[in-house]
Amino acid sequence: MKEIKFTVTDPLGIHARPAGVLVKEAKKYTSKITVWKGDKSCDMRKLLALMGMAVKQNDEIIVQVDGDDEEACAAAIEKFLKENF
Amino acid sequence: MIVATGKSILNGIGIGKIKIYKAPTYDINMGLVEDVDKELARFEEAVQKAIDQQGVLYEKAKRDAGEESAGIFEAHQLMLEDEDLQDAAKEIITSQKRSAEYATKTAFDEYAQMFAEMDDPYMRARSADLLDVETDVLDFLMGNDASSMQGTEPSILVAEDLAPSETVKLDKSLLLGMITREGSSNSHTAILARSMNLPSLIQCKEIDDSWDGKMAILDGYNSCVYIEPTADLLETLTKKHDEDVKKWALLQELKGKPSATIDGRSVRVYANIGGPSDLGAVNENDAEGVGLFRSEFVYLNSKEEPTEEQQFMAYKRVVETLAPRLVVIRTCDIGADKTIDYMNLDKEENPALGFRAIRICLTRKPFFKKQLRALLRASAYGNLGIMFPMIISKWELVEAKAILEECKAELIKEGYKIGKYELGIMIETPASVLVADDLAEEVDFFSLGTNDLTQYLCAIDRQNAKLERFSDTHHPAVLKAIQMTVEAGHRHGIWVGICGELGADPTLTEWFLRAGVDELSVNPKSVLPLRKIIRSVDLSK
Repeated sequence: MKEIKFTVTDPLGIHARPAGVLVKEAKKYTSKITVWKGDKSCDMRKLLALMGMAVKQNDEIIVQVDGDDEEACAAAIEKFLKENF
Repeated sequence: MIVATGKSILNGIGIGKIKIYKAPTYDINMGLVEDVDKELARFEEAVQKAIDQQGVLYEKAKRDAGEESAGIFEAHQLMLEDEDLQDAAKEIITSQKRSAEYATKTAFDEYAQMFAEMDDPYMRARSADLLDVETDVLDFLMGNDASSMQGTEPSILVAEDLAPSETVKLDKSLLLGMITREGSSNSHTAILARSMNLPSLIQCKEIDDSWDGKMAILDGYNSCVYIEPTADLLETLTKKHDEDVKKWALLQELKGKPSATIDGRSVRVYANIGGPSDLGAVNENDAEGVGLFRSEFVYLNSKEEPTEEQQFMAYKRVVETLAPRLVVIRTCDIGADKTIDYMNLDKEENPALGFRAIRICLTRKPFFKKQLRALLRASAYGNLGIMFPMIISKWELVEAKAILEECKAELIKEGYKIGKYELGIMIETPASVLVADDLAEEVDFFSLGTNDLTQYLCAIDRQNAKLERFSDTHHPAVLKAIQMTVEAGHRHGIWVGICGELGADPTLTEWFLRAGVDELSVNPKSVLPLRKIIRSVDLSK
């Protein structure tokens, strides 16, 4: 399993449109991707659940990637987070 | 005559009959259903149709109002595709044996409620998006046709409120204006109205069903609507309306047309912008690119020094939205009259000649590198130009370029993709004009900053009212400096533009063209008037 720690810098947090693109990115891989904020977690493939976590600027999230393509998947997700949030 | 007031979205006049727009009513079957499989199939079909429709609305909004306003429909599409949401509705059909309509309403309302209860105002507003897509699904299930509510005659539409999807579905050719009781000036409806140049009134609390079918004038200049206006008023405002239409049409005709003279010499007409919020104006005025994007806004809008990520996000957004058009971003031009607390700049006796712009950047390398890294990363998303201000000597340019290369090497090592970009400098000091040949060897373009150049050439402080008699924006020295810069640039095969206020001066347009200027970057509102002048010039005469 791979783990990514990430602090959100976007003033709007993880908001609607880029969150949608993040979900699309996540769907390209077969690994299970779980997003944690504090003790709340959700599946990164689910847009409304992800938006429902209300991730704000300066929040730290942890992304766990588990599966056959976890290497590539974790790298892609990390890059996407850095560039968009 | 009745006069009702509201908040005007656009200075314009709409004249015609009122049409009261009523959203369809939703009579939902609350009872139990026999055939669960049939309801599941109906639900799936309606959701798929609604998803497809968002794609159509996206294209329509993009055409009518630009990519920025259309983004909402992309978000709608992704919400409709959400598995949890679909599963929640299907679960209601299967386990409670209810109709597809009932399941849609219950499941979507529950999610909307979840967003409505969040602390964050941005997230709370998303609840309206869910209700909007809920309506779309229900319309497909119940066979409602929103566009039929508009009638068949051109009219001023009056409604309680209009959801973005309702606004975009309306037939534009039948719209003379819009009046709503609710709405805010930043709502999507207002944004769409602005980009469609449609006179509109929001927060008009006095709207009344009895207005239906009556003659009216929507006066955007005075933020009011006259129901059954007097003959005098009708005549005066009809005249004003016709003038507006003529002026607008003349400029609109120029959209998409080349900025070229009668004898075929073309010049690029770009826009000057101060931040991502000006993107709409760039599109509305059909600018061919951005010749000066003042990056100061990222510094001025922030209490602390903005991070690389924050800067990258702002630059990327502009470059990506306008691609494949060129976007020239000027690096930090802080100092002189623009100061910021966190920069800790000393108070100077002579700030216009002081520690500013590239001088700060070359002295505070880590600060400069943050911006250059953000710019280089944004270059992967479109067509970027990077421009250094206040250059007087070649060594400054060589040093700035070396720092840029250093950033590039670091980013490549870190795995970032870097696109192609053009590199240029502002020509705004007399020194840079005199050594333009040396500088031209190092860059892809020059952009003349005529405001500072005039001030430095004539030693005239433009803010000082006592100097008005001595000040001359068309001073022969300024024109000669422009001519020398263009010639030096062309000797080295690079393009030369003007991004100062002088570029929009209609009395100089022909002179600029004859001098060989390749690009004029002006405020967005001047783009079409400037194109009009260029198209009337014949350089062969």
